[in-house]
Amino acid sequence: MSGEKIIPNLQKERIIEYIGEKKRFDGRKLDEYREIEVKMGISNNAESSCSVKFGKTEVYAGVKLLPSVPYPDSQDEGTFMTSAELSPMSSEDFDLGPPKIDAIELARIIDRGIRESGFIDFKKLCIKEGEKVWQVFLDIVTINDDGNLMDVAGLAAIIALGNAKMPVYDAETNKVGHELSKTHLPVEKDAMAFSMTFHKIDGTIVVDPTKEEEDISDLRLTVAVADDGKGKPRITAMQKGKEGTVSEKDLAEILDLIEHKWKEMFPKVSKFVWGK
Amino acid sequence: MAEKSKYTKRSDGRKIEELRPIKAEVGIVPSADGSAMYESGNTRAIAVVRGPRTLHPQHMQNPQKGTLRVNYGMMSFSVWDRIKPGPSRRSQEINKVIEWALAPCIDLAEFPNSVVDVFIQIPQADAGTRVAGINAAAMALAHAGIPMKQMASAVAVGKMDKTLVVDVDKEEEDFEEGEGATDIPLCILSRTQEISLLQLDGKISPEELKEVISMGRKACAEILKIQTAALKKAKDVRGIEK
Repeated sequence: MSGEKIIPNLQKERIIEYIGEKKRFDGRKLDEYREIEVKMGISNNAESSCSVKFGKTEVYAGVKLLPSVPYPDSQDEGTFMTSAELSPMSSEDFDLGPPKIDAIELARIIDRGIRESGFIDFKKLCIKEGEKVWQVFLDIVTINDDGNLMDVAGLAAIIALGNAKMPVYDAETNKVGHELSKTHLPVEKDAMAFSMTFHKIDGTIVVDPTKEEEDISDLRLTVAVADDGKGKPRITAMQKGKEGTVSEKDLAEILDLIEHKWKEMFPKVSKFVWGK
Repeated sequence: MAEKSKYTKRSDGRKIEELRPIKAEVGIVPSADGSAMYESGNTRAIAVVRGPRTLHPQHMQNPQKGTLRVNYGMMSFSVWDRIKPGPSRRSQEINKVIEWALAPCIDLAEFPNSVVDVFIQIPQADAGTRVAGINAAAMALAHAGIPMKQMASAVAVGKMDKTLVVDVDKEEEDFEEGEGATDIPLCILSRTQEISLLQLDGKISPEELKEVISMGRKACAEILKIQTAALKKAKDVRGIEK
């Protein structure tokens, strides 16, 4: 498909009417997430992999680790690469072919959220300074798109990384074995950030939109949030998407929402990532 | 052939004609017109059908009948050595042979200028991904309510040194002793009993090949039962009210 997506006016008007009355088609509140389901071990050939579902939206994430060379400006640090595939399997809106801007943006937002929060301890991924470091590959594939791929993929990403194990590595022969060691990928548990995306539909802010809601939203604001160590949210990455703009009132409302949704979601997310 | 085969016992203890444990499920991707999962041991395939829908670009349209288009891909973390995402020469060839394998199953005469898209993804691979993909895709096509003339069931038969085995896994595929490993993926159509996919990598005698086909037929009959059972469980086959 090319160009703008055509959304039936009737559908748009009905959603707006509902949202105006603080209701949604599926009966949720404006600030209510769908049910979250997590399944580990989508591939036994990955260092870690999982499926995450928010309602009907499903995303897979997998982590692979390979010895590689460091970047010239950080000789003693491992490297990290996130790629996302908006698979045409998951939606009639996605086409075949090289990643387009939606997929690139998704991967970059998730990459930044993880990188900037300091979740991965890159110094510990150094094998030999200036010569050899671990490269972390995070691959995201969408399975079914019913909206809010951003947050679903964001959660899948930290679950996969948080549970990844290092492959067996022999420093003398420089060979990576075909099995995993007991050592976890070095992650800083306290630095874990997860993404919360807010959409503005006809002036009203909603969380976790379905596809039909997402299609008519004017504004998308993704915020990656960590714990500041004192039980309060700390923002580690942000991205405003779409043509809509943020008013002072919107921002106040979103910051309020971050505060109270984070309190509710943080223990849930921690449980999904660490199992407790 | 007095010489004994060097492959006397299967690595996972299966009998010569024993398939790996199979799981099949229909309706796993809610936004699709049809979808299915087919798992054989540690190999898992997901297939999604979208369409019939208008085929773009227009010059690719066929005014006589609809087009079947298959897209197969392995997820980068599906195998131990990470695969770069995106199409490869291998995946493009597999797209084509799967299209040929499935085309005799469906009747697209009523859908000129349209395309039926089949997307196959492999989240976890332990050999036999194209045949698992075909099994999932045939189920997904039926689930999507595409007019079906028959089903397609596929399996890879192998020859390890001199021993013929059904449903080869990765460890067997890599067998190197004696005459090594020969891999023969094949697909059997349910009504005509004809072969719609046939590939071979290795070396084999014409007599042995006959035996391979006969073993493949038996295995595919078993697979067909599992595909049919999964489809019968589906609540939402397009075009059928239950």
